[in-house]
Amino acid sequence: MNESDILAQIKERFGARVLAEYNFRGQYAVTVAPETLRELLVYLRDDKAIELDWLMDVGGVDYLGYSDQAAPDEDEREWRFEVAYQLYSMRLNHRFRVKVAVRDESVEVPSVWDLWAIANWEEREVWDMFGVRFTGHPNLRRILCHDEFVGHALRKDYPINKRQKLSQPSEMILCEKVEWA
Amino acid sequence: MGLESNVTQPFLATRLDEVINWGRKFSMWPMPFGTACCAIEFMGVVSGRFDISRFGAELVRFSPRQADLLLVMGTITQKQAPVLKQIYDQMPDPKWVISMGACASSGGFYDNYSVVQGIDEIIPVDVYVAGCPPRPENVLGAVVKIMEKISAEKAADWR
Repeated sequence: MNESDILAQIKERFGARVLAEYNFRGQYAVTVAPETLRELLVYLRDDKAIELDWLMDVGGVDYLGYSDQAAPDEDEREWRFEVAYQLYSMRLNHRFRVKVAVRDESVEVPSVWDLWAIANWEEREVWDMFGVRFTGHPNLRRILCHDEFVGHALRKDYPINKRQKLSQPSEMILCEKVEWA
Repeated sequence: MGLESNVTQPFLATRLDEVINWGRKFSMWPMPFGTACCAIEFMGVVSGRFDISRFGAELVRFSPRQADLLLVMGTITQKQAPVLKQIYDQMPDPKWVISMGACASSGGFYDNYSVVQGIDEIIPVDVYVAGCPPRPENVLGAVVKIMEKISAEKAADWR
């Protein structure tokens, strides 16, 4: 099974719940709503013919003021943020990308840290940089910026020259006990 | 009334600040605060080819309480800035600071939300070294500049 077959299977199974599909130079991706995310990721991870068992990266995108080349006149997108999950199959050597449409910061995305433990830190990074909240996350704190930082640095409306000083060293967390699911 | 009759050992006459500055400038104990590639270049400064021990500053201490020359080598983020300040405050007087490389001196090309635009926003700096990273000769040049600065200090200005 190659990536285009995976796309076909997803469309067959999820139908209209696939909001958009992409194929850019052989890189396949779909966009879904937050409600569909976990079901889709569990399917892609556990189906024996697909077996996308490695969550390589989770990233955020802010589309504020973005003009789509395909539709440059379109002023407003339906969603402002996207969270992108890069998946890889170690046994079958194929990749797939799943994106979640996040209309604005009031929309929460379900956490997948119980499916892949690495999502714990990756989701903290997306929260820190873009302010997208994840429901069910055990420890949704900033991971890169300091504790006194206000706002989210990689949002397009964050002032490019705004600096925020930290008044005192952050408390060092030497050991943090986490109960893994 | 010969004073000489009281002197049984040979002696030198000099000024106090002269002799103390002489001692200080040839026995600096550097504290490396290395956060980026400049710290790798510092390894070259310490090693045999360039050899900072020719200037008496080879005794690198990793405790600020034992050092009098702070070498800030690399990018300092806002998150790390209070740590650098604390390290500087822990060093006993007299102390000197070299800001090595573009990042430490001005933020370098990290003109963004997370990086301090020059460590002089946090601590006083005696010598800035240009370069990305600077050549080891430049760093040795900075050490010599510090030496010149020490030589010029007067006892009245001592802290």
